[in-house]
Amino acid sequence: MYRYDEYDQSIVDARVDEFRDQVRRRLAGEITEDQFKPLRLMNGLYLQLHAYMLRVAVPYGTLDSRQMRMLAHVARTYDRGYGHFTTRQNIQYNWIRLDQAPDILAELATVEMHAIQTSGNCIRNISSDQYAGAAADEVADPRPWAELIRQWSTFHPEFTYLPRKFKIAVIAAEEDRAAMRLHDIGIRLTRRDGVLGATVFVGGGMGRTPMIAHEIRDFVTADDLMSYLEACLRVYNRYGRRDNIYKARIKILLHEIGPDEYRRQVEEEFAKVKALGIDPPAAELARITAMFAPPAFDPAAAGDVADRSDPDFAVWLDQNVRAHRQPGYAIVNISLKPVGGIPGDASADQIDVMADLAQRYGFDELRVTHAQNIVLPHVRIADLKAVWSALVDAGLAEANLDLISDIIACPGLDYCSLANARSIPLAQKIGERFADPARQRDLGELKLKISGCINACGHHHAGHIGILGVDRKGTENFQLLLGGSGAEDVSLGRITGPGFDEDGVVDAIERVTDKYLEVRETGERFVDTYRRVGMTPFKEAIYG
Amino acid sequence: MRLITGNDLATGDVVWWTGTDWSRHVEQAADAGERAEAIAREEEAARRVNVPYVIAATATADGPRPAHIKDRIRALGPTVRPDLTLKPADPAAGSWVI
Repeated sequence: MYRYDEYDQSIVDARVDEFRDQVRRRLAGEITEDQFKPLRLMNGLYLQLHAYMLRVAVPYGTLDSRQMRMLAHVARTYDRGYGHFTTRQNIQYNWIRLDQAPDILAELATVEMHAIQTSGNCIRNISSDQYAGAAADEVADPRPWAELIRQWSTFHPEFTYLPRKFKIAVIAAEEDRAAMRLHDIGIRLTRRDGVLGATVFVGGGMGRTPMIAHEIRDFVTADDLMSYLEACLRVYNRYGRRDNIYKARIKILLHEIGPDEYRRQVEEEFAKVKALGIDPPAAELARITAMFAPPAFDPAAAGDVADRSDPDFAVWLDQNVRAHRQPGYAIVNISLKPVGGIPGDASADQIDVMADLAQRYGFDELRVTHAQNIVLPHVRIADLKAVWSALVDAGLAEANLDLISDIIACPGLDYCSLANARSIPLAQKIGERFADPARQRDLGELKLKISGCINACGHHHAGHIGILGVDRKGTENFQLLLGGSGAEDVSLGRITGPGFDEDGVVDAIERVTDKYLEVRETGERFVDTYRRVGMTPFKEAIYG
Repeated sequence: MRLITGNDLATGDVVWWTGTDWSRHVEQAADAGERAEAIAREEEAARRVNVPYVIAATATADGPRPAHIKDRIRALGPTVRPDLTLKPADPAAGSWVI
């Protein structure tokens, strides 16, 4: 894992001191809310439906046990005993006091954490593959590059006031586990003739105008990547619209001028930027990369075999554990989606349990996924049973990864001041309707995603089944979408037709899944069947 | 009736204008009538409330009920965590929210 150097620590500490003074001035009435709001947002502090909400950055979703315990401590000491892991691989606390926010940031800084750039029109937390460093299919570890981009983008003087927020994802595998092409910039590391480089995609995003990112550069060498990103941002910063918040994202710029013209301008800018020499010296890249060296795997683990005699354990193994590139090790996915629970929520005690397991069995590493689950990326196969047993005791052993109850849901109208409808109760009802584990497994991979408003924090456009909550004359209404995907087979879902009330949309989903079971062919996932047969059979099943 | 709601500056708690002060309980909210916007401005300027705004509500025997679901959820707390609402011991507390 990356460890702060003196420079990293000093800028985070200085930011805490600065924010403490800003809060003091606000509480003393020396500055108005209009003046204070952009300052608090730059430190991740929102005013939400019930209270202040603090969004803490988890860079590329990577944590160690010390940091995870700090998240539990914050939940227990300053909030109401829980936190909410988000689709941006961050964590949010819903019940923060303004007068305590500086103390929280000071505590976070002691474990190399902060809330900087988790809001505002700047480059946000960098997303990455939760299996980085463990996946067999990656061409390189994406984390050093994500870290480099984090450092480049932190307090970048040109990009602190962009036209709109900006999200970057870095992956290094063909399988896209980070919704890479639904980011403002998506980077897929690749090798060409033995040279490490990247394919760069620009202009993706969800929200009210969902778009899939265009491939802007087939291959840029890793040596040039930072210059190329700088050029991509400069063109956006120069021409992105600032007159209309709904047309300010880079996806709209690409839509308006076209990817070819954008590419031409980026190439022109790239030639100028390259001369500035902003790409890191080899020694600095080596310093960062060394911090992501593989852990000391035990070669003797290669012969490990899991004891599958406990049927519940065997089901969890099949559903939540993925192959590791190191023989004898596995990737453990901890579901934060118990049936009837709140997607992404974890209590302080549960967060501590996950930290303990990472420290004892997982080389001290954890990952937050964009699907609002937690990953222990390096667990010896011989230890899986002990890990599972501890998860069972903590209520964290739901064996539903990528199944219909593994629902992504935004906080919705229960917490969010932007929301039009409640996402969480709907997720709970769907989870309960499909609670039978055998039924879920029969349905197979089915990614269901719920947003409580058009801003799409719940990624509904990218759900195999997506749900969008809207306000219809003061009443919650839910639109159903089919056929989306945030993975390497990226696609945007299509609305089925008129919306439903809460119970109605649960019934509609059941009619959709029944139709799928009726018409699927061998080996087809739900989304495969949808793509083969189209919307019509499902629409007929839903609306008659 | 017209209510004024906002958040306590230091704690962030949802608060309601009672006619003379601010309360966390919507039952104590008062009809601010035509002066609602002016009161909101005065109270915000005095830092007794943060980001106040005026909403429509209905008077009932149990007290004022905000017209919009968003403000009703603000008044009680998240519907999915009754233990974190203002009345965690009252199972019927949320019957008017949805």
